[in-house]
Amino acid sequence: MPKWNGFGRRKFLGMGLAASGAATLVSCGRVKGPSWRFFTDDQSLTIQAICEQLIPPGRGPGAAEAGVPNYIDRQLTLHLKRHQQAYRQGLATVDNLSRQRFGGRFVQLSWVQQTQVLMDLEKRATPFFNLIVAHTMQGFYGDPRHGGNRDGASWKMLGLPFPPVRGRIKYESKAS
Amino acid sequence: MALKHVNAVIVGAGAGGGVAAKELASAGLSTVLLERGQWYSAADCRKDDLLNQRTCVLGNAFGPDEARNPRVHVDDDGREQVVLAREFGYSNVAACVGGGTFSYGAQAWRYMEKDFRMRSTYGAVAGSTLEDWPITYDDLEPYYEKAEWEMGVSGDDSGNIFKAPRRRPLPMPPLSPNLEYRILEPAARRLGLHPFDIPMLRNTVQYNGRSACMRCRWCAGFACEVNARTGTHNTVIPVALATGNCELRTGCMVKEILLDDRGRATGVAYFDGRDELRRQTADVVVVSGSAVESARLLLNTKHRLFPNGLGNRYDWVGRNLQSHAYPAAMGLFDHDTYDDLGPGAQLAVSDYNHGNPGLAGGAMLANEFIRLPYQFLDRIPPSVPRWGAAHKEFVRKAYKRTVVVTGPVQEMPVFNIRVQADPKVKDYWGVPVARISGRKHPHTMEIQRYIATKAEAWMKEAGANLTWTTLHPPMAVGGQHQAGTCRMGDDPKTSVVNRFCQLHDVDNVFVMDGSVHVTNGGFNPALTILAMAYYSSDNLIKKWKGTRLR
Repeated sequence: MPKWNGFGRRKFLGMGLAASGAATLVSCGRVKGPSWRFFTDDQSLTIQAICEQLIPPGRGPGAAEAGVPNYIDRQLTLHLKRHQQAYRQGLATVDNLSRQRFGGRFVQLSWVQQTQVLMDLEKRATPFFNLIVAHTMQGFYGDPRHGGNRDGASWKMLGLPFPPVRGRIKYESKAS
Repeated sequence: MALKHVNAVIVGAGAGGGVAAKELASAGLSTVLLERGQWYSAADCRKDDLLNQRTCVLGNAFGPDEARNPRVHVDDDGREQVVLAREFGYSNVAACVGGGTFSYGAQAWRYMEKDFRMRSTYGAVAGSTLEDWPITYDDLEPYYEKAEWEMGVSGDDSGNIFKAPRRRPLPMPPLSPNLEYRILEPAARRLGLHPFDIPMLRNTVQYNGRSACMRCRWCAGFACEVNARTGTHNTVIPVALATGNCELRTGCMVKEILLDDRGRATGVAYFDGRDELRRQTADVVVVSGSAVESARLLLNTKHRLFPNGLGNRYDWVGRNLQSHAYPAAMGLFDHDTYDDLGPGAQLAVSDYNHGNPGLAGGAMLANEFIRLPYQFLDRIPPSVPRWGAAHKEFVRKAYKRTVVVTGPVQEMPVFNIRVQADPKVKDYWGVPVARISGRKHPHTMEIQRYIATKAEAWMKEAGANLTWTTLHPPMAVGGQHQAGTCRMGDDPKTSVVNRFCQLHDVDNVFVMDGSVHVTNGGFNPALTILAMAYYSSDNLIKKWKGTRLR
C-alpha cells in the first residue's frame, strides 16, 4: 500500500479549515451546521442519497462520505454556477418521479427503489442526470481541494502513489 | 501617448509567434510581441486534475479568460450556441506566453514527404479541398532540424523506417522505457510493425541550461514542474527578449490590423491590460494567434479595399479548419500496466500513416499519456454501467491495468468547416467572436474506424483480455491541433498566403501558425508550426534586408 502519511484525515481537515475559513468541508449533513452554500437542507439530503447511489460504499467510502455533495454544493457557487437552475429543477424531477412510482420523496425510498428511480431517469436521458453523474465522478475522483474526494479516499482506493506531485511533500489544498 | 513605431509587431506569443520574435529580433528588427494571456512560470504549476488545459471541467488553467472570450459553435442541426473555453465545441488552445507549447504533451513530429503532397499522392477526394502544399518536405527539412536543435528534442526515431530523411539525429536520447512501452514494443514487433521512441520537445538530459524530465504523472495539460518540457516560453522568447530588440506585452487583446488608404498594413490596434485601445504602428505585422483567432483577426479587419476581411478576397479565410480525429483502442490486462513513470506516451509506430488500402492518409499510433483517475473514466468499456457499484468496482480493478493506444488521424480538409466572425455575439471588448461550424468529412470517419481496428489489434497482441475502441464524433472542432484556416498556396484565388506565409493581398502581413497548413499530417503539429515559423521568418528577413517591405 502506498503511504499517505502526510495526508491523514486530521491534517486534511485542518488544511481545509484553514483554506475556507469555516467548517465547510465537514458539511455533508453528518455534522451539525447550516453550511450548505447552494442547497437547502432538504435538497442536500436528496443530493446525498443520489450521490451515494451513483458511487456506493464498498472497498472504501461511498460518494456521500467522500464529500461529493460538498463538492457539488461548492462548485455550484463557483465554477459550475451556470448549472444552478438545472439542479433546482432536476432535484424536483427526481422527487416527482419517486412519488409517481413509489409514493414518497426520493430520500424516503428503499435502496432498491432509489436505484429504480435513477435508472428511469437515465433512460429518459435528461441533461440533469448526465450532469449529476459527471459532477459526482469529479467530486469522487478529482482533487480534494475542490471539496470532494475527502482524505484522498478514491486515490487511496486506486493505490495511486503518494505524494500526488513527485517531490512535493506538502500538497496545496486551497482551491483557486 | 503614441507608442514608438517598430519594425515588426507580432500578434500571439505561442509556437509561431515565439519563434518569429526570436528570429526577427535577432536579425535586428525592433519587435513588439503582443499576447492576450499572461506569462506563467513553474511557480504557477498547480497540479489540478479538474482545472487544466486538458481536463477543463472546472475551467482552463492557462486561458483564455472564460467570461471575456466566448465563441459561437454551430452544431450539425444548425443550432447555434454560445460556448465557453472549457467546452468541446470551443476548440480552445491555451492563451498564454508559450501558447499551446506551455502545457502541451510536447510530441515533436516531422510530417512525412507525402503529408506535403496529399493531392498528388491520393488524387482528389470528393467533398474535400485536399491539396498539395506549395512547399515540400525538403524545403522545410533544414528548419525542422533548426527547431529540433535550437529548442531541444529527445527521442530516437532510428527504428522508424517510414520517416522522411533527416540530416542530423535528434539532439537528446529518449527516456528509459516505462511499463506500457515494455508491454507494447515486443507486441508491435510480433505484428511486423516498426516501433520507436516518440520524439519529444522534452529534456531527457540537461539541455540549453534547463534540467531533465523528472517523469511525473502531470504532463500534458499542466505546466512543467521542473521546466524540462520545452516551449517557446522557455526557449526562443527569452532569447528574443535578451537581444534588446523585442518587447513582450501581455494582457493585450488585438482588435484589428490597421491599414492605410492603399490597403497596406501600418500596425495593429489592441486593448491593453487596462482595456485602453492602443495603436502599435509597425512596418510588418505577423499574425500568430492560432487557426481560429488568426482567421478571426483577419475577418475582423475591414477596409474599403477588403470589405469581407483582410486576405479574404476569394472567401478562403477561415475555411478548411482542421484538427485531428483521435480514434483510440483500450485494453484491459490481467497484470499491472501502471508504473507511475510519466509522461506516459513513449512508443509509436508510423506504419499506418500512409499506404492504407483505399484510404487517403492515416495516423501515427502511440501509447497515451498517463490517465489521472478522473481522466480514466473516459476509458471505460461500453459494457460497464456508467454508475453504481459495478462502475466503481471496474474503476478500482482496471485503473492500473489498462493501456490506451491512440493516434491523430489526418483530416480531410473541408471548405465548409469554417471560422467566421459572428454577426451578433461580441467579446468583452465588443469585437465579433469566432463562430465555428461544420462536420468532419465522411472519409475522415472512415480512416478513424480503420486506425481504431489497427490499434485494437496491437492491444490484443500485447495480451489484453478485453479490448474496446472509441472514435471522435463527426462534429468539427479545431482543438489544440487547429490548423488550415489561412491556407498557403501559389494561387491567390484558392489560398490566403503565398509560399512564404505572406498574405496574397498585402505583402507586409505574414501568418505564422498552424493556420497556413494546407493539410495537417497524421501527427501532432507543434514541431511543424515551429519549423514553419523559422522558415517563414527567414524569408521575411531576406525580403526585409532588400526592401524593408515598403
